[in-house]
Amino acid sequence: MDLEAAKMVGAGLAAIGAGMAALGVGNVFGSFLESALRNPGAADGQQGRLFIGFAAAELLGLLAFVVAMIILFV
Amino acid sequence: MHQFTVEPLVGADWNLWGYNVAFTNSALWMLLAFVALTVFMVGGMKRQMVPGRWQMAVETFTGFIDDLVTANIGHGGKKYVPYVFSLFMFILFANLLGLMPLGVVGVHPFTFTSHFSVTGVLAIMSFAIVLAVGFWKHGLHFFSLFVPSGTPLVMAIIIAPIEFISFLFRPFSLALRLFVAMMAGHVLLEVLSSFVISGWSAGPGFGVLVGIPSFVLMVAICALEILVSGIQAYVFALLTSLYINDAEHLH
Repeated sequence: MDLEAAKMVGAGLAAIGAGMAALGVGNVFGSFLESALRNPGAADGQQGRLFIGFAAAELLGLLAFVVAMIILFV
Repeated sequence: MHQFTVEPLVGADWNLWGYNVAFTNSALWMLLAFVALTVFMVGGMKRQMVPGRWQMAVETFTGFIDDLVTANIGHGGKKYVPYVFSLFMFILFANLLGLMPLGVVGVHPFTFTSHFSVTGVLAIMSFAIVLAVGFWKHGLHFFSLFVPSGTPLVMAIIIAPIEFISFLFRPFSLALRLFVAMMAGHVLLEVLSSFVISGWSAGPGFGVLVGIPSFVLMVAICALEILVSGIQAYVFALLTSLYINDAEHLH
């Protein structure tokens, strides 16, 4: 395998991280919705924490995108 | 990609201490975001007892950020409201301005938040405030941020370096999140629109099979991008106020 092909494969593998982040973000919002429907009164107060969790989970997917871009273009 | 290139508009040969300081399209759109923000704010700051629509819109934003800062910083948080509010509104206007379909009338918007240098400066500003407040208020006691209270000594040896690294990574994660989210969205839109164009130019069969679904997806992704613009501005303001809370109250 030459370097160009290996780069492409590496960038493709890095894209797995984006899918993993999708699982994470879905889990954050899914769990929030599940418990918000059980106790709607307490849901509004937890919105800040919801977005902290979302931001933390999403960051790793974005990092995977950055890694793919660095592999491909830098 | 052409939409991300920074090119000088005026003064390509202006130099300051050996650095080029030309007025670029990035600077132009920052200026436009500032002007739009100023018009929006000045138009709404009327202090009428019965607010009109415009004043109501401005008050919704100020109330939103006020609640955010009060909930996350609590005691002593009021003095950070202007900073967090400016940050939130500037990022929000920048993101939304970059999404405007102005290409229809021949003006191509430039999303300056899709550049690491811009978001990096915003993140460094937030981080500098955290450091300044922390050291000014707590002195060297600020370093106790790295050892959560009640940690046994054995654990503290392991936890302190980890906390230290995660603390130093904060400005990068702040800047990287905004920049990548905006860039990825615009790249996605560009890729989908290239599908539409090359699908139709490959013939009507490909046009119906590839072009139309891509176009429908593009419209949906555009709506998602508007949501992401708001969420990213919110997350930036939220995390900034969380980090300031760390500096203000330690753990």
